[in-house]
Amino acid sequence: MSHHILDAKRLLCPMPVIRTQNKVKQLSPGDILDVICTDPGVTSDIPAWCRITGHRFIDVKSDADEIVIRIEIRSRD
Amino acid sequence: MSHSVNKPEKKQRKAVALISGGLDSLLAAKVIIDQGIHVEGINFYTGFCVEGHTHAIRKKDKAKPKRNNALWSAEQLGIQLHIVDVIEPYKEVLINPSHGYGANMNPCLDCKSFMVGQAVEWIKENDFDFIITGEVIGQRPMSQRRDTMPVIAAESGASDLLLRPLCAQLLPPTLPEKEGWVDREKLLDFNGRTRKPQIELANKLGFQDFAQPAGGCCFLTDKNYSDRLVDLWQARDTKAYELDDVMLLKVGRHIRPKPNFKLIIGREEGENKFMEGYRKQFIHLYTISAKGPLVLIEGNTDEKDLQLAAEITARYSQGRQEKTVTVAVKDQNGVSKLLNVKPFSNEEKLRDWYI
Ligand code: SF4
Repeated sequence: MSHHILDAKRLLCPMPVIRTQNKVKQLSPGDILDVICTDPGVTSDIPAWCRITGHRFIDVKSDADEIVIRIEIRSRD
Repeated sequence: MSHSVNKPEKKQRKAVALISGGLDSLLAAKVIIDQGIHVEGINFYTGFCVEGHTHAIRKKDKAKPKRNNALWSAEQLGIQLHIVDVIEPYKEVLINPSHGYGANMNPCLDCKSFMVGQAVEWIKENDFDFIITGEVIGQRPMSQRRDTMPVIAAESGASDLLLRPLCAQLLPPTLPEKEGWVDREKLLDFNGRTRKPQIELANKLGFQDFAQPAGGCCFLTDKNYSDRLVDLWQARDTKAYELDDVMLLKVGRHIRPKPNFKLIIGREEGENKFMEGYRKQFIHLYTISAKGPLVLIEGNTDEKDLQLAAEITARYSQGRQEKTVTVAVKDQNGVSKLLNVKPFSNEEKLRDWYI
């Protein structure tokens, strides 16, 4: 299990979702991914994407500058 | 003597559905899922999709719940969704559409062929059997006509692997129908501009709260956006563009006082904040002595142009009634100077310059 960070700052939805989707393809079940974003749209889009794909949305932390969404990679089967 | 015949197990057929986020693609996918086909969705991001963007930027829209309608559709359908970034290959479609543009800068026919063509590649790579779209004959003046349906099927390379479940009964049978993978009788015969059959079907299938955006889900169908795009191309004397250009056409007031430069003026806090991300790429202005917008300059300017830009910036600040307003002009390297200017007051000219 390893911890990864994806910088999706200044990207507007759906680009952070696309970047997340592409990054997750390179990761293994159990890995943790922190997606760092600035578009507040990700707080609904990435959890929705997790629900569709079966990955686990862990939490979202945000301050005035950025939003960090943490997800756990799950096996697709 | 009797023979026992082992029936070969029926192969699970798979279709990829083009999911735009609108109602029609949602219904088309559902009709096929209900026939026992394994369906996954594909959504193409051209850079011009309305999804989220301006809502994310403008503060006045923040009260509205934000959602990506393609993701929402996939969730409703219980299917996988593959969102594909086609920003780069789409440039050729928009810059050089062989069938031209629609009412605005929307190259719908070429766009549809392009997207279905991308789906053809996708089904080959992923071992899927056919493609479905939510197209309806007569629904859209450019891309969804009886005579353009075969054009899309042919130019995309999809041929008879392209099934339009909502109007399939009005079109020649496709391979999935001929092979019996789907039952043609259970497909539909929607036709024309009316939305009534779609709404009825949505109600029947239990879909609520689906997206029916008034202006569609693509900025290229918007007149104001298209005017800005054409202005950009004319000013640069080339149709080449980058994603940042596409984004910036969506924000602020755009004012072109002279052919060599234009101003992008933030209309509110959300836009100003978004535009701050571009300060390293553009000369920008902001007012010091009164509250005001962030203004980006696109193009090349001399001292006189900067003076005019500062006057216009002052006009859009809260100091517009003052005799003079102090405006900071900062270049891409962060070097700044202050100008004391009289706010621009020729409203007629401003209206003329408005893009
Ligand atoms: S409206 Fe936009 S996305 Fe839709 S077919 Fe036309 S150009 Fe393509």
